[in-house]
Amino acid sequence: MANHQLNPNNWIDLYSDYLFNYTISRVNDRAMAQDLVSETFLAGLKSMNNFKGEASERTWLVSILKRKIIDYYRKINSNKGKAEVRMTYNNDSESEGDWLEERVADPFDKTAEDKLENTELGNAIYDCLSKLPEKQAEVFKMKTILGYDTETICNELDITASNLWVIIHRARTALADCMEENWF
Amino acid sequence: MKKNFLFISCEEAKHICDKSQYGEATGWERIKLTIRLTWCRVTKAYSKKNSKLSDVIEHAEVDCLKKDERNKLKKQFEEELEKHQ
Repeated sequence: MANHQLNPNNWIDLYSDYLFNYTISRVNDRAMAQDLVSETFLAGLKSMNNFKGEASERTWLVSILKRKIIDYYRKINSNKGKAEVRMTYNNDSESEGDWLEERVADPFDKTAEDKLENTELGNAIYDCLSKLPEKQAEVFKMKTILGYDTETICNELDITASNLWVIIHRARTALADCMEENWF
Repeated sequence: MKKNFLFISCEEAKHICDKSQYGEATGWERIKLTIRLTWCRVTKAYSKKNSKLSDVIEHAEVDCLKKDERNKLKKQFEEELEKHQ
């Protein structure tokens, strides 16, 4: 049943942070992630006629973004030799055995499972954030995710510090309830 | 010594708890919160939930666009949107 509709006027406000978070966890390059998100919106705009309405707007944009990310990796690996794994070990007898230490698993290194869990957790947080009023979500992101100090946020949004803390309190309470329902 | 010297309301305790999630509660505020946490179940429940949220967000390593990055993206997109409409 086709019941979803596209409204590109709201795309940036509703989905840019979600798509950016999705991308940065996969490409690990802030500028590239922004480019890919921008390309995704533009590609979405061009292919609006192909939207059948079976998936939500966000799911449809994510499917475009996934293809963009795959294309990005194809592109960077297309130059001969870039995808090769290079290992050079010393022939020097004094450092013999050093490679063993190099090959030992780093306990602080993230496993694929960790990354997957983080990505799912990130998506759950964004799902909950999307349910908050716009102002609450904005203040929360600036304070908690971007780590801006109180004064900067107050100046940028023209609010008082006590107003900021009231907004933060409401956002945190709503988010904790939402996460408790969907994740914890 | 005033009786309410160390006493804070539940609302104030929650406010301090929020501030301490961002490292912005003063030492004195933290002491007052700790005292309240010893006997107030409501504050204790809120504090637990609040800390859990902070842990989850830190663990998830979520990221978002900065205001100037979003404005740049918005400008680029709106130009294209205008051409499209």
